[in-house]
Amino acid sequence: MSEAFQLILLAVDSAIRLSVPLLYACLAGLYSERSGVVDIGLEGKMLIGAFAAGAVASLVPNPWLGLLAAVMASGLFALVHGFASISQRGNQIVSGVAINVLASGLTAILGNAWFGQGGRTPQLPGSARFNEITLPFAEALRPVPVVGEIYYEVISGHSVLVYLALAMVPLTWFLLYRTSWGLRLRAVGENPAAVDTAGLSVTRLRYSAVIMAGILCGFGGAYLSIAQSAGFITDMTAGKGFIALAALIFAKWRPLPALGACFLFGLLDAVALRIQGVSFPGIGQVPVQAIQALPYILTVVLLAGFIGKATPPKAVGVPYLKDRS
Amino acid sequence: MSARTAPVWLTAGVVPLVNVAVAFLAAGLVVALIGENPVEALQIMLRGALGSQYGLGYTLYYTTSFIFTGLAVAVAFHAGHFNIGGEGQALMGGLGAALVALSLPFLPWPLLLPLCVLGAAAAGAAWVFIPAYLQACRGSHIVITTIMFNFLAATLLVYLLVGPMKMAGSMAPETAKFVPGATLPLMNQMAAWFGLTITRTPLNLSFIFAILAAIFVWVLIWRTRLGYAIRTVGANPDAAVYAGISPARITVIALLISGGLAGLMATNEILGVQGRLINEFTAGAGFVGIAVALMGRGHPFGIVLAALLFGVLYQGGAELAFDKPKITREMIIVIQGFVILFAGALEMMFADRIAALYARLTGKLVAV
Amino acid sequence: MPAPAIQMTGIDKRFGAVHANKAVSLTVEKGTVHGLIGENGAGKSTLMSILYGFYAADSGTIAINGKPSLIRNPADAIHSGIGMVHQHFMLVETFTVVENVMLGAEGGVFTAKGAAAVRAKLQALSYAYGMDVNPDAVVSELAVGELQRVEILKALVKGADILILDEPTAVLTPSEVEKLFVLLRRLAGEGKTIIIVTHKLKEIITVTDRVSVMRRGEMVGTVETSNTSPADLAELMVGRRVVLTVEKGPANPQAVVLDVKDLTVRDARGTIRLDHATFQVRAGEIVGIAGVSGNGQSELLETIAGIRKPAGGTVSLNGALLDCGGSDDPTALRAKGLRHVPEDRHRMGLVKPFEAAESAILGCSDEPGFGAGPFLDRDAVLADCVRKMEAFDVRPADPTLRTALFSGGNQQKIVLAREIERDPKLLLIGQPTRGVDIGAIEFIHKRIIGLRDAGKAVLLVSTELDEVLALSDRVLVMCGGKITGERRPEDTNEQDMGLLMAGVSSDAPKVAA
Repeated sequence: MSEAFQLILLAVDSAIRLSVPLLYACLAGLYSERSGVVDIGLEGKMLIGAFAAGAVASLVPNPWLGLLAAVMASGLFALVHGFASISQRGNQIVSGVAINVLASGLTAILGNAWFGQGGRTPQLPGSARFNEITLPFAEALRPVPVVGEIYYEVISGHSVLVYLALAMVPLTWFLLYRTSWGLRLRAVGENPAAVDTAGLSVTRLRYSAVIMAGILCGFGGAYLSIAQSAGFITDMTAGKGFIALAALIFAKWRPLPALGACFLFGLLDAVALRIQGVSFPGIGQVPVQAIQALPYILTVVLLAGFIGKATPPKAVGVPYLKDRS
Repeated sequence: MSARTAPVWLTAGVVPLVNVAVAFLAAGLVVALIGENPVEALQIMLRGALGSQYGLGYTLYYTTSFIFTGLAVAVAFHAGHFNIGGEGQALMGGLGAALVALSLPFLPWPLLLPLCVLGAAAAGAAWVFIPAYLQACRGSHIVITTIMFNFLAATLLVYLLVGPMKMAGSMAPETAKFVPGATLPLMNQMAAWFGLTITRTPLNLSFIFAILAAIFVWVLIWRTRLGYAIRTVGANPDAAVYAGISPARITVIALLISGGLAGLMATNEILGVQGRLINEFTAGAGFVGIAVALMGRGHPFGIVLAALLFGVLYQGGAELAFDKPKITREMIIVIQGFVILFAGALEMMFADRIAALYARLTGKLVAV
Repeated sequence: MPAPAIQMTGIDKRFGAVHANKAVSLTVEKGTVHGLIGENGAGKSTLMSILYGFYAADSGTIAINGKPSLIRNPADAIHSGIGMVHQHFMLVETFTVVENVMLGAEGGVFTAKGAAAVRAKLQALSYAYGMDVNPDAVVSELAVGELQRVEILKALVKGADILILDEPTAVLTPSEVEKLFVLLRRLAGEGKTIIIVTHKLKEIITVTDRVSVMRRGEMVGTVETSNTSPADLAELMVGRRVVLTVEKGPANPQAVVLDVKDLTVRDARGTIRLDHATFQVRAGEIVGIAGVSGNGQSELLETIAGIRKPAGGTVSLNGALLDCGGSDDPTALRAKGLRHVPEDRHRMGLVKPFEAAESAILGCSDEPGFGAGPFLDRDAVLADCVRKMEAFDVRPADPTLRTALFSGGNQQKIVLAREIERDPKLLLIGQPTRGVDIGAIEFIHKRIIGLRDAGKAVLLVSTELDEVLALSDRVLVMCGGKITGERRPEDTNEQDMGLLMAGVSSDAPKVAA
């Protein structure tokens, strides 16, 4: 096995791990924004989810209960966002900022008060986490060149939440494009009046999407604290919610490209981790920040409409109000 | 003709006060949730923030930064835009000030210091220019682009501080110390010039700048033709077009002013306290600015009051964390979050009810 | 005799201070095409939105096919067999035709089966009625006429027996209108009930069996189409009010101030809105433009005012060619002595959250009198507003009161004062008395005539026929973006005007009959 190939496999493997929280948050944003509700609170929902998962899993060593707690906490925040954005017709951006700030403050203060470890939750034992699963025959196939190596290094050896995230992509596609709910959801984000005049409830549809976003952010948060790590640490989302937002724009609000965008951004992250201090022949050291900045730069360029055009759902960010004739 | 103007004390007084009170109530619940007494916590905070010269100095030092970032958000609001990038613009303001200070150390201070201050404002404005231009001319949503620019600013600063601008021989990500002529005097030094003795705190000359900036914004928005144009574009873009005011041009100008104000926040921390450029010096002040602007309802007077309140929270919160280790400094962030939620996103939740109550009590129908 | 398809009785609806429907009753017989006409704001759309469940009436009852029906939302309406084709199409642009049609009627959790069923129904209906629509076309790529067919099919697929069409011909070409009418007659022949909401008189005559006319929220009458004429309908629509007596002497027209030649304007979709308009306005005369709203008057005013860019033709002011919407933006035109009272003061003429004094300097905020250099002198602004409020008798005369809190008449006086007091060479004025109380109307009319007598040129647009006839020295009539005729008020009557407004005149091309 060549060393370069091995390196690529490891990079891809690490990119998958790093892209999973992005993918959950990105798909969460996709449901919400496809329904017409802007969600810049992905970061906050993921953070509160990560905290809830870490906290509950440390009390009851069962990762599934941790996941449930994450989904409930994140879902509660999603309901707050829904209430402000849909029922009260408040400013969706302001509401999203509030969610992010609240999550950042609450996780730190509750974590410190309850566990007294400076905002961390206690280190989790293996039984309280989602552990890596070795897929069948991974060991046996390992010596097979290329296919076996890829199977062993890249495909096998992730936690159930990784496989679930990947499964969410086709599932989201199916929900969006093959079910009535998905049809209505896409319609309400483009033209809520069309949905209203078709005899459907704009409010109910948007709430369902916002709750869906809450659930998925909960999964993303749980992945961070009880699968990827062994506990919650302060500000552990570290901007992933915003990268996910960038990925969503990059994917033009579609599920399959979302997978691609999240993987790309995950790969950039993995590469940035690896090239730190490495000198490339002819180039010298590439500043790691240059690679970290790429997702943001790419997103701005895309938004500017210079390469392709990222057109958001038409009604996104606009509270629905029947206009009086 | 049923609705009348609601009295100012109702719209600009009672409604925001109720919203903020609810935010504090919610924060009190959080304090109770972690097993502490909210009333006692409040007392400790107030005493810590206002009970001594030392506390007051720190309170006003925090207030300074929040006035700048709050004004920045407010100016953009008046033009109908949400500049969420105050954090990044403030970071760049620090960079601008540092570049001037480090590259022109030979200048005499009466020249160098104003240039440093200008550098901060110019760099903050420059950092919002691309998002502003893209919003005005290509319709790219400024909320998303300024979020991206926040991260870009943070990344750029880290790169510079661990690379090209790092002080030789230092391990920390920071630049060399500026020459004394590029730093602002502390308040206690200034007091000494007049023979007064006050406790040494980080409070510095930039506090005066902040008050001047608030007056500047008030004059700009309510007493200049440009401010009139800004408010027209924000309130009714169609009327602006009818009047011959270009919404695109005014959008860019208003956002440049907004970015410049955010950049000036760096005068407090970088020119006033640190005397060198350090990493992450904004410490979230850009986001506090959102809460401050919402609470102050976009009016400079309200913003100074709201910034003072957050100054009290930050200083009092530090004291509180010292006295009650269970209530960490992040309590301030929680309160900030509730303020943004109740005074911002849920702003109108109580307004209608308050108007109805007022109508019942006085028999007058009012529009809030 | 079968029960009427629709019987609406005593429908009343208020939006805040606006009384949109005043105890309106409407009966529509089964299998007929029924027209509902009235001017903008007469309450027709509100009435239809109530029938479709989009708004809830404050009081009144609805019976469908003789059965009392509670229609609380569009779902109830659809269930009762009512379909509506809205003026602004309720279509999702990114969806295909099939997706749009099946929205809300998917027939289960998954869309596959429903889509197949809808596709089959679509094909059957398209075939039956000769409506050529590709079920897999994406809506954003369809032409306007096709979009309308999709909307009609959407209603039919959902089983509509009663079809409401709100201003269906506003966006269609004459040949498309003809096709639509053939279709509607055919649907009616098969027992479906059709309601057409429109303000186009000629079309009503062509296609309907009966016509109901609304004016200012009230139902003023229902007539058999065969017993009426466009002129009669125009009269009913506009209403014969107490004859306006405006005292004015003969005009003394001087040099040409405004010279418009072949002015043509297209909207964002590329549809022609103003079609080769040619006319002149002289100093010391009022030229009025009459016509049912939406026939190009707004585009005419906004183009001359520098807000829109024309697609063709020229505009000259005092002999100098203008570059309207280009270098001659509203600011430049004001400097040249052109003033503009916009038709819609809420959308353009005022900034409602501003205090009155600030609304009173909209478009004038750069004048040197309002402060030194970049500053705006609040005292000067307030003093100016107080003067104008006195001169125009604005009540309450409080320049610090929020603009939104003045009555319609007083808001309009603020706009007029702002524009008239600046001694314009040319005043463009749209709907000078819309939403204005009787007392203020007289005052405003006097001011406009005073301006004329002072030797200024006035171009007046109003959909109030009485007003145009009373104020103008010459009247131009517009229909479908064209100027269909010119009359002197003393040489015409309402019948003559009605025909011109309907586009029926010797010098205008015939609309397809």
